[in-house]
Amino acid sequence: MTTRPLPRGTGAMRRTTGLFILLALLCLPWADIAVHTLAPGRELGRLAQGLLWPQWPTTRTLADAIASTLAFAFQGVALGAIAGFGLALLYRRRAVRWLAASLRAVHELFWALLFIQLFGLSALAGVLAIAVPYAGIFAKVYGELLEETDPAPRQALPANAGRLSSLMFTTLPQAWPNLAAYTRYRLECGIRSSAVLGFIGLPTLGYHLESLLRQGFYAEAAPFFYALLILIATQHRWCRGWMIPAMLLAALWWLPPVAPVNGALIWQFLTHDIVPAPLRSGMDALPWFMDLWQGQLWPGLINTLVLAMLSLVVMGLLGVMLFPTVSRLFGNRWTRGLSHGVLVILRSLPEYLLAFIALILLGPSMLPAIIALGLHNGAIIAHLIGQYSNTLVLRDDAARGLNRYFFEVLPRQFRLFLAFSLYRFETVIRETAILGMLGIPTLGFFIDSAFAEFRFDRAVMLLVASAVLNIAVDSFARRIRQRLHLQHKVQVC
Amino acid sequence: MNRITKTLCISVTALLAPAVLADTFVFTAIPDQDERRLTERFGKIADYLEQQLGVDVQYIPVKSYSAAVSAFRSDQVQMAWFGGLTGVQARQLVPGSQAIAQGVEDTAFTSYFIAHESTGLAPADALTDALRGKSFTFGSKGSTSGRLMPEFYLREQFGEAPETLFNRVGFSGDHSRTIALVESGAYDVGAVNYAVWDAGVEAGDIDTDAVQVIWETPAYPDYQWTIRGDADARFGDGFTQRVQQALLDMTDPDLLTAFPRSGFIPATNADYAPIEATAVTIGIMDAQ
Repeated sequence: MTTRPLPRGTGAMRRTTGLFILLALLCLPWADIAVHTLAPGRELGRLAQGLLWPQWPTTRTLADAIASTLAFAFQGVALGAIAGFGLALLYRRRAVRWLAASLRAVHELFWALLFIQLFGLSALAGVLAIAVPYAGIFAKVYGELLEETDPAPRQALPANAGRLSSLMFTTLPQAWPNLAAYTRYRLECGIRSSAVLGFIGLPTLGYHLESLLRQGFYAEAAPFFYALLILIATQHRWCRGWMIPAMLLAALWWLPPVAPVNGALIWQFLTHDIVPAPLRSGMDALPWFMDLWQGQLWPGLINTLVLAMLSLVVMGLLGVMLFPTVSRLFGNRWTRGLSHGVLVILRSLPEYLLAFIALILLGPSMLPAIIALGLHNGAIIAHLIGQYSNTLVLRDDAARGLNRYFFEVLPRQFRLFLAFSLYRFETVIRETAILGMLGIPTLGFFIDSAFAEFRFDRAVMLLVASAVLNIAVDSFARRIRQRLHLQHKVQVC
Repeated sequence: MNRITKTLCISVTALLAPAVLADTFVFTAIPDQDERRLTERFGKIADYLEQQLGVDVQYIPVKSYSAAVSAFRSDQVQMAWFGGLTGVQARQLVPGSQAIAQGVEDTAFTSYFIAHESTGLAPADALTDALRGKSFTFGSKGSTSGRLMPEFYLREQFGEAPETLFNRVGFSGDHSRTIALVESGAYDVGAVNYAVWDAGVEAGDIDTDAVQVIWETPAYPDYQWTIRGDADARFGDGFTQRVQQALLDMTDPDLLTAFPRSGFIPATNADYAPIEATAVTIGIMDAQ
């Protein structure tokens, strides 16, 4: 019999949870949650019909899109991993930690918008858009993994052993399994990111999904949708061992990461285009900045925060409600199988795609974004907690049903739940900003406008604001985790 | 290449192939309508230009108005069928580039304001206060007929920004989508390119019981072909002029109705000065 004692500090956890729910409720009056299509049911019916009776594109089109999706993902992740490893070796330096944090605070799609200005709509722009933020993420995770290695072997080395030998023969061998596992996992994230890059014009699966879904050709979109789902859901089966270098070589052959590099253009972008307009023309910068602040920065920040808070709470609710459906402590084999299937679909599909579909069905408001962020992240939380709950051992005469859920399982899983939810906070903020590109007036909306108006000075200003917001939220969430002594770590994209 | 192989070559991966950049004359267009229409329209134009110019010509589709300008800027395309505003943006970003031809209709283009029947809005000679508090969708953020001119006339009439005038302002992305959104009632009112609307009504694609035109803007200059300034250096002396001549000589109704235009006439950068001034006025472009 092993019932674990309730962890200490439950009061603080309750207060934190209450605080988040209260904040979300306070956000409600500012949130725009309404359905604006007259017949969302009919549209949903058409979508379901399209998914059930897909219309196949030419094999060539589908194969091209799959190959490009994988090519961007493999090259981006590989380059990101190499750069990230280099940064991880210097991770003790504060400057490197800041650099890594800023690289990962800007979303892949925003990086892509920037690189497209520099290198055109090219393979290089797509690869860098994934590699740069991923380098920031790899730097952090690799850095922590290297730090966690046992120092004893290192100390046993002779005094004149160089740093390279120490790394190659003591640190790296210890950390290797974890580094490799994490890198493999990141490839799954890379496929998702690569697909989403299609929404702004790179030739991945997202390219076709965007065109076809937007025009309501659901049956034609279905094959691309299934292809993405299958790629991500089966990734851990085929992406292992010698397949990884082989795929990387194939990726380099399929999409050589080259671009029409125009030095003058890049120089002009860096020294002229991104310099705030009043500085270029020698005018007073304050009115320009105040205009930007009142018209875009402030409303963008508020909407990003409002949407993120609401999504976070919806995510939490869904996570808590759904985890029993995949836990061995509840239901039977069939219900668990079904729930597993649904959760895999929800967490495989990028939030951006889910939000795009929800927007078509429900019309433009925050509601589709809340649903998309809540479903995707809630599915991740439910999956993780469901897994952990399987390790619980209950007494033979433990309560069943609702009593088991509320009085046996939920209290024991709550600490874990809070830790995971706080880990998702930063991701939710990052994704919230990007959903603005779909028309919801978060920071991404204004960033997209600035790029559409070719005012890169404003775009960079707004990008910096969104990066600062991400970093602030990340450190806020970390502080709460420390206060509540939540040690569980989770790295999911 | 015959037409069928040409159409098959309109692949989205094409843009990423470095070989394309060598000696092929590549052009794009702002995606103002459904992708199928664009492919049909510009596939034929590529064939025609190839015949007339004696060089390989390729059309490459892009996802957004701004992507068309970016491709022009980074020399991935040497010519583009731009709208009034995107043309001004492109020529500002690529010094030396010039507008060479516009549609006959483009000297006096207009936008329609369209409304869903549930709003009860009726056709009128001016925009009225009945618009207040409705939901409204523009086309693309970079569209002349779907955003720039409609926003200008809204501001002129009401003296305030669309965001305060309407309870909701959206950007549909293109004219086909604007019509679909207002037709379905997702938005009460929208602004749309008159040529796309008229062609849609004629083809029977629009349910005119659900959505109708309530106002037409005054005329302004719109679409034009713009070519990069270094085209002659790359494709031979007089190339720009030959391209212009080929466009002006286009008389095949099959090619022209796809736009839809009745023909092309010469254009200059100066023709679009009013567009630039308007963009500065409504604050989506900095004064130069």
